[in-house]
Amino acid sequence: MDVLYFAWVRERIGLPRERVETEAQTVRALVEELRAREDRYEMAFSDLSALRVAVDQRLTDFDASIAGAREVAFFPPMTGG
Amino acid sequence: MEVWVQEATFDVGQELNAFAKTAEGSGAVVSFTGITRDIAGGLRHMEIEHYPGMTERALGNIRLEAITRFDLTGARIIHRYGRLAPNEVIMMVLTAAPHRADAFKGAEFLMDYLKSRAPFWKREVTADGAEWVAAKDEDEDALKRW
Repeated sequence: MDVLYFAWVRERIGLPRERVETEAQTVRALVEELRAREDRYEMAFSDLSALRVAVDQRLTDFDASIAGAREVAFFPPMTGG
Repeated sequence: MEVWVQEATFDVGQELNAFAKTAEGSGAVVSFTGITRDIAGGLRHMEIEHYPGMTERALGNIRLEAITRFDLTGARIIHRYGRLAPNEVIMMVLTAAPHRADAFKGAEFLMDYLKSRAPFWKREVTADGAEWVAAKDEDEDALKRW
């Protein structure tokens, strides 16, 4: 699936999107896999309460399923308007 | 198309006039315009990042929800992204309804939702560097009234 990062999450991880092969079934399990990779992921995901997640472009929570998802995005709380 | 996500600036008067024409017979048209402001002083420019695809989808859903809740006869959202100088137009919402109360409420509802549910992120660039604008608790709280 494609994993996308926005705003300071993108800056900490150092790229806007990447292709991830995973067996993770939930957002939380995917986050744990990413955190284990490298420090920059650990830095970006250290406080999940500061993050929001969208699965296939719909806002959801960290316990949501990602089975069959094409796109998972992580970003800080939004500041539109 | 009633949702525009664009980098280019736009003419507020022209948009209002065009929308009012489509809303003939509605009785009430309300518009809100957001402008980049220099809160702390020293703002050089603002950068707005967004999530192409999800942005249009989220704004489209918020718009439909507003139309249903407040019996709007029309609603339009224009939101910019990219680099904006101080005092530039950032975004605009327009609503039309038979009566003014619904048009006002519809516009407020759209604003409250797009503040914290549309995937935009603002970054302020000053002489001291660049900083992401933190989401405000009161913007999240504002959703509870709907």
